[in-house]
Amino acid sequence: MADLEGFRRETRAWLEANCPAEMRQPIRDESDLCWGGRDPVFKSEAQRAWLEAMAARGWTVPDWPKEYGGGGLSAEETKILRQEMARIGAREPLYSFGISMLGPALLKYGTEAQKRHYLPPIARGEIRWCQGYSEPNAGSDLASLRTRAEDKGDHWLVNGQKIWTSYADKADWIFCLVRTDPSAPKHRGISFLLFDMKSPGVSTRPILLISGYSPFCETFFDNVKVPRQQVVGEVNKGWDVAKYLLGHEREMISGFGLGGASASLGARLGPALADDPLLRAQVARFDVDALAFRAMSERFIDELKAGRAHPAQPSMMKYAGTELNKARHELIVAAGGADALEWESERSDGGRVAREWLRTKANSIEGGTSEIQLAIVAKRILGLPGA
Amino acid sequence: MPLYLTDDQAMLRDTARAFMAEEGAIAKQLRHWRDIGCKDGFGHALWRRFAEMGFNGILVDEADGGLGLGHVEAGIVLEEIGRNLTPSPFLVTAVAFVSAVKGTPHAARWLPGVLAGETVAALAIDEGPKHRPEAIAMRAERAGNGFRLNGAKQFVVQGASADVILVAARAEEGLTLFALERGAKGLDVEGVRLADSSIGARLGFDNVEVDADAVVGEVGQGERVLARALAAGRTGAAAELVGVGGAAMEMTVAYLKQRRQFGRLIGEFQALQFRAAHLHAELEIARAAVLKAQQLLDEGADEAEAMIAAAKAKAGSASSLAAREGIQMHGGIGMTDEYDIGLYIKRDRVLNELFGDANYHADRLARMNGY
Repeated sequence: MADLEGFRRETRAWLEANCPAEMRQPIRDESDLCWGGRDPVFKSEAQRAWLEAMAARGWTVPDWPKEYGGGGLSAEETKILRQEMARIGAREPLYSFGISMLGPALLKYGTEAQKRHYLPPIARGEIRWCQGYSEPNAGSDLASLRTRAEDKGDHWLVNGQKIWTSYADKADWIFCLVRTDPSAPKHRGISFLLFDMKSPGVSTRPILLISGYSPFCETFFDNVKVPRQQVVGEVNKGWDVAKYLLGHEREMISGFGLGGASASLGARLGPALADDPLLRAQVARFDVDALAFRAMSERFIDELKAGRAHPAQPSMMKYAGTELNKARHELIVAAGGADALEWESERSDGGRVAREWLRTKANSIEGGTSEIQLAIVAKRILGLPGA
Repeated sequence: MPLYLTDDQAMLRDTARAFMAEEGAIAKQLRHWRDIGCKDGFGHALWRRFAEMGFNGILVDEADGGLGLGHVEAGIVLEEIGRNLTPSPFLVTAVAFVSAVKGTPHAARWLPGVLAGETVAALAIDEGPKHRPEAIAMRAERAGNGFRLNGAKQFVVQGASADVILVAARAEEGLTLFALERGAKGLDVEGVRLADSSIGARLGFDNVEVDADAVVGEVGQGERVLARALAAGRTGAAAELVGVGGAAMEMTVAYLKQRRQFGRLIGEFQALQFRAAHLHAELEIARAAVLKAQQLLDEGADEAEAMIAAAKAKAGSASSLAAREGIQMHGGIGMTDEYDIGLYIKRDRVLNELFGDANYHADRLARMNGY
């Protein structure tokens, strides 16, 4: 315990000295997020400095082993670091699907060579990854995917199409589910492949969404050659890797339920509620749910770190967190009234409230719909008979 | 501190779970006392067994003969009470009352009896059908060496069998709490059976005279004592609700795996699977909120009050959902007195009202957040 208190003191002092004031401001929109990558776009010098300082300590991934670019911290130390960052409102130095999704899968299924090759650049924010999972005819029924990878001896030849690939147009590499054995039952002919998005034959097309933004793309593979050793896990056993990674994706998405640093939605909406008792009541009930979910998230992370979480618990968290986030944005647009309808004006910051509200509608679809999560909870946690 | 039970706490849970399932079971306690029309609504022998198990001393300081543990541990016992609907003075006496008198001269007077499972305490706070402690109007006027109490209280849980009643009244100096002994002159006690077959009481105070040393804490400073009692009572009620809702859900899920219609188990129907899964999520979230509130209360943290409000509100709504879905998914037999599921919806309703319902606590949380 004394050691942990010492760690807390040192961490606090280091954060005070190294976290730029600008990086302690609440995140206003997507442009405030730092994604790193081969050609990183930094919004400011402070953003670059914060990433470099944290990466140098391995604190972009505090609980990964040091040899893979992590901080080598224990679960307790990681929690203290998070608490101390929250205390000063420090932003995450790096947003990364490499950290939240691919990294955990590589740590579990990757070879030693793969871990040493891929993980450090993820930790430093040097390679930006995207996820090639969904296809036009493989959404909730993901395992029916049809993108082919043919064994050509020294390489795989990939042909097919992915969809809803988040930021494919900005990503450097992709982790991708491909069918390597078309004759096997659908879950048993899938492999987990890594390749460079600059490979000849890869192209992307952003999809315009109802929010007016295009965070997702269609991604096309036309005779893409992928070196043989870039398979994670065993060939034709990629579904195990995929499912494991989905658990981490769901964990990450469930974090949307937390809604950033500000604990109380009502405190934020304040004046809009004064003359609207029914809306105030809804927001008050929402704040109860949000605070309770915050406790649930803390418990979930503590249980995960201690290896006590039920393997299907990410599904529960994903369901609860995303439904909560949708409810939050319904209340925010309702409180905004006509102001929240402006789509382009400077006054409305380019329709930020309306666009974010629409964006959240995808939360309960991406990473497995709410209905898929409920089915998983019903079967795997409650043990209800399967259909 | 991680947000799950420590090994010691898990051991206490196992002990409490086995004890309550055996000695506090519905058939042995709730139905037994209900069916014979017991005027107390609980068994004194079981209350003494609680004492022997050490439960009654969980929140009592070691210097006073207790275990000196916290609200997490008290909540562990309460969750098991909730699971078995065990009628017991534990919540009001060993949790709320003990927290109120802790560190005052009243501890020496009352705690030995609580520790022995002999003494039962009650809290006289509510004056109307809803919990509104901010609006306590009962008067305490100076009279001689003490005070004279006039007014009325209701929803005084175990008020008809209590040896001591903690009464909240308004003196000239402000809110003041009194420890009133059983049988005071001018005190009218009407035992009232509630829907869950527990006994509440309506109290009438007609010039009830109390000594100055009946005051708990300082005259006019009763808010602090009341806050201790309510924080403990609300957190405890929330823990009991998680037990009530959790057991109701387990019964229901077990039923879904056993009842066949249309040639298949009804648990195969997605319409029921989704509702059961949603319910599971709600209860897990409530359980986390309750544990967080208990830990913060034990730490004496500033954020405890907000978390307690959220925990009571969330546990109340989640448990209530479990009880309602429980009856619906059981179908017709869920409406019969013979099946236990109907007992859960009754206890759930009483615990939801006790120390403030979900709306009250959502409003309270909103006010703490400045809106």
